[in-house]
Amino acid sequence: MTDFAISQSMPARQSSPVLRALRRNRFAWIGIGLLALIVLVAIFAPVIAPYDPLKQNILHRLSPPSSDFWFGTDSYGRDVLSRLLYGARISLSIGFLSVLIAMVVGSALGILAGYIGGVFDQIVMGIVDVMLSFPTLLLGLMVAAMLGASFENLIIAIAITETAPFARVARAPTIAMKRRDFVEAGRSLGYTPLHIMRVHILPNILSDIVVVASLWMASAIRTEASLAFIGLGVLPPTATWGGMIREGFDNILSAWWLVVFPSLAILLTVLALNILGDALRDAIDPKTRSQG
Amino acid sequence: MIGYVIRRLLLAIPTLLAMLTMVFILVRLVPGDAAVAMLGDRASAQTLQNLRAQLGLDQPIPVQYVRFVTDMLSGDFGRSMTSGRTVLEEVALVLPYTLELALAAMLIGTLLGIPLGVVAAVRRNRWPDYVSRILSLVGLSFPGFVSGILMLLAFAVWLQWLPVMSRASTDPLSHLRSLALPALNLGLIMTAYIARVTRSSMLDVMGEDYIRTARAKGVKPRKLIMRHALGNALIPIVTVVGLYFGTLIGNSVLTEIVFTRPGLGKLILGALQSRDYTLLQGLMVVFATFVILVNTATDLIYALVDPRVSYAQ
Repeated sequence: MTDFAISQSMPARQSSPVLRALRRNRFAWIGIGLLALIVLVAIFAPVIAPYDPLKQNILHRLSPPSSDFWFGTDSYGRDVLSRLLYGARISLSIGFLSVLIAMVVGSALGILAGYIGGVFDQIVMGIVDVMLSFPTLLLGLMVAAMLGASFENLIIAIAITETAPFARVARAPTIAMKRRDFVEAGRSLGYTPLHIMRVHILPNILSDIVVVASLWMASAIRTEASLAFIGLGVLPPTATWGGMIREGFDNILSAWWLVVFPSLAILLTVLALNILGDALRDAIDPKTRSQG
Repeated sequence: MIGYVIRRLLLAIPTLLAMLTMVFILVRLVPGDAAVAMLGDRASAQTLQNLRAQLGLDQPIPVQYVRFVTDMLSGDFGRSMTSGRTVLEEVALVLPYTLELALAAMLIGTLLGIPLGVVAAVRRNRWPDYVSRILSLVGLSFPGFVSGILMLLAFAVWLQWLPVMSRASTDPLSHLRSLALPALNLGLIMTAYIARVTRSSMLDVMGEDYIRTARAKGVKPRKLIMRHALGNALIPIVTVVGLYFGTLIGNSVLTEIVFTRPGLGKLILGALQSRDYTLLQGLMVVFATFVILVNTATDLIYALVDPRVSYAQ
């Protein structure tokens, strides 16, 4: 009965108009399609890849794209296409896991800061402001350089750079929600603050957080590639897109395929995520929704 | 007004302190011993001990912290372990190159980005808008080094219009030629960003009542857009461009590495490769201080140009 009373005063979930707006947005479908393709490629890399991504073949060093090697081979004679397909796994998993950590930690901090307020809020947001004053790439570079480059450390480094924006995004609507009737009602019914934050506030700000997540995943993949290009990526011989560009850069004058294909892979992945993030934002923002 | 300026400046102090604390913690994240990390496993016990003493690593952490903060606040950002120069000297040596690049990029970004954004907003949901939006989305998706490498391939390797390596030159023409590609690379990324901010800011303003009033009064469309709308839309644009500064620095680091241009990027890369942690730590502090100052200045400019910002509070 009490639950019913509260759900009555809760704002209607926005999912249906959002989904409708998303369905109408042709642009969004390009992003979703592209992303689905990349994810499938990453999952099925061992099945699709024509060669072993680590297998060296001195006889076929630096051969240009051909019917045997569609995207050519690198200076160790490794197949660029196969390395590209396996590289998708690294980029996507580092991007996804780092954003997941940043999202959980950042939104929890933001919601707590917004709900508790006062000195706690000021301290948390002060730290958030400082984190935002470090350029993302430099902060990631610093953390990766200090921890040492490895798969796990890269996830931590990128997660650290992206926690602050989530805290920002989660805090503002929490403060607005805190004053709404249904939260007030929950409080007077004796629900614990944790319960209110989890059941009454989180679901209502989740859409904002998800939009930010898809945009920041694009940024995470960009940062991972940039760090790998600088030499702070997952260690060779593991194939990563940024690392492939780094290795190919030495031969840029003679072997364009070594840099062009991984470059396009990074660009397409980031673009797909940005398109999706934009479409989600438009769908959620009622100001732009009707115009599509 | 003066009170507001002072308050905003004072607000930068705790931010600076917190930043220093974070850098301090970051540097101590090095697993194991920083001295070993810098000199390698084979260094003798005596050399390691000397380095520890020199870096103050043999002191207790709170002592190290106090020493670090007081050094940094008194403008002593430390010394490069490899070159022996102070961090500020190192930065001063390469800063002109990075500044030149950043300013050229800002110029390109503003000159192209604002018109692109205005056209997109005015012709909303028609082809100029779509073209502008797609271009800026693509521009924003490029990591700085990827676009740089593709431009390098296209203009320097295939078309051979411009030099592959940029180096300093006394001849102004060849200097400009070597600046062209890196500046264009950064500038186009900025263009994408500014176009997008301009579009959304213009759309916000164009929906305001006073624009409708002005239009009803018969203000010519051109004047309506340029004076009434853009004039006010510029305020958020200035803020966002100011906040973009940190990203611009990050991208210029990558651009400098791609175009083998001297600058902060190469300095950072060199510090990384030679495990020069004191230089790295000093650079981090210098960068973050710079960004905090730019952010503070952006806030102040915002307050100056927007009469709605209340100075009281």
